[in-house]
Amino acid sequence: MSTALEHPTYNYKVVRQFAIMTVVWGIVGMTFGVILASQLVWPQLNLGIPWTSFGRLRPLHTNLVIFAFGGSALFATSYYVVQRTCQTRLFSDRLAAFTFWGWQAVILSAIVSLPMGFTSTKEYAELEWPIDILIAIVWVSYAAVFLMTIKKRTTSHIYVANWFFAAFILTVAVLHIVNNAAIPVSPMYATSIYAGAVDAMVQWWYGHNAVGFFLTAGFLGMMYYFVPKQAERPIYSYRLSIVHFWALIMIYMWAGPHHLHYTALPNWAQSLGMVMSIILLAPSWGGMINGMMTLSGAWHKLRTDPTLRFLVVALSFYGMSTFEGPMMAIKTVNALSHYTDWTIGHVHSGALGWVAMITIGSMYHLIPRVFGRTEMHSVNLIAVHFWLATIGTVLYIASMWVNGILQGLMWRAINPDGTLMYTFVEAVEASAPGYFVRLIGGLFWVTGMLIMAFNVYMTVKRREAISHSAPQAA
Amino acid sequence: MDTGTFRGLMTLILIFAFIGIALWAYSKRRKPDFDEAANLPFADDDEQPTSDEHASRESDSDAHSRQDRGDKK
Repeated sequence: MSTALEHPTYNYKVVRQFAIMTVVWGIVGMTFGVILASQLVWPQLNLGIPWTSFGRLRPLHTNLVIFAFGGSALFATSYYVVQRTCQTRLFSDRLAAFTFWGWQAVILSAIVSLPMGFTSTKEYAELEWPIDILIAIVWVSYAAVFLMTIKKRTTSHIYVANWFFAAFILTVAVLHIVNNAAIPVSPMYATSIYAGAVDAMVQWWYGHNAVGFFLTAGFLGMMYYFVPKQAERPIYSYRLSIVHFWALIMIYMWAGPHHLHYTALPNWAQSLGMVMSIILLAPSWGGMINGMMTLSGAWHKLRTDPTLRFLVVALSFYGMSTFEGPMMAIKTVNALSHYTDWTIGHVHSGALGWVAMITIGSMYHLIPRVFGRTEMHSVNLIAVHFWLATIGTVLYIASMWVNGILQGLMWRAINPDGTLMYTFVEAVEASAPGYFVRLIGGLFWVTGMLIMAFNVYMTVKRREAISHSAPQAA
Repeated sequence: MDTGTFRGLMTLILIFAFIGIALWAYSKRRKPDFDEAANLPFADDDEQPTSDEHASRESDSDAHSRQDRGDKK
């Protein structure tokens, strides 16, 4: 690659690397999602061999979309935003490069170890202990690069997006290290230092805060930079953003027990988790309203700017899923929804509607800029991608709502004599149409991502053409 | 002091800390600083103009529209 368009101050190389890998891992991770959705429609697609069975590919799908796709997006945007709002270069180019290659090594080891069946069995923390150590080293380096860059800033303020990124980086470091504390038994097996209900509570303290800090605080950092930038207006209320930040940080930590309703966890802890989850609605909606209202007076831009449409629809899905979440945390609602597809639908309304859409919107803003352009190759293709993603998400979550409520009601239906009205497999059979609709929704998403990849490729290619012809022109 | 009392006091301290943060954020004294901070994303507009076909679309990002409307005074 030519260095002709290298930025004089900022390190855009690592941003470019992570941005490209965001698109690549997005396609790979979502393709695995489609494979899994197909396996639920046609179980023969498990192929009867262990490496391609649902139980091994499912954690690979979640790791790829959360940590590979979402993680690369967070690295790219946080490095981009911290440099531009602190008006200084990254603290260390070498350490930043190490975080890129280290993170890719983590992802590759997940792709190898998970299908082989190595798992710690902790959801979203399945990777075994040698990989966990590598994650910890990369993550501490990330924290060092990010925080030291803030320290050497040339602006007087630390922009609110950087507060969210910093909170996300620090909290994920703590969560990862505490939850994965284990005693190694063999090179690829370790046993957790926690036992029983405590182990479950630590796991869901980690699990819910992975949602709260990895998938929320980090992406809110994106929101606070890219929504104002794309709308060409400052955030609606900077004051609200400060209250939003501290309220979110203080409350999220306590919501984990709602994953363990009606289990061996003490009842008071379940009720506490439920109450804190309901309170969480306030900061979540505060943030959503702050983002939405930034558009006031600029709504007409939505007609012509599909990138802004991605960002705004992401906020709508964020508002919707942060309403749905507290509702599902209520114990009586949870009695119906837990262990059903409703949970899967809720996760994807957050993961596709919020996380992926805000990422894609941010990438369509960021990629042309770090490749020396002001716009993507084709704005029309962004619009096509937007509709594919929106329709795909709606198909996905609507089918899972139907399936979830159907399953919950069938499982709890009782005959007058107290016996169960339906066998489990009857509920599975009844879910088949929903599984098919979900597969179609997933195909919409992967198609959209492939269009994005083409658009990015054309954007990058043209940048290289410009940079090669630049010397002669001068 | 038993554990329950200690936890109760911690909760109280956190509530007061939060109220303090909210009052601080909404104090009039902070307004000029926050305005400056809110404009940081626009402080380094160094994007070079290119020959992109879409680059010439209308821009209404004058100083007027860059004042935030959520924070009064």
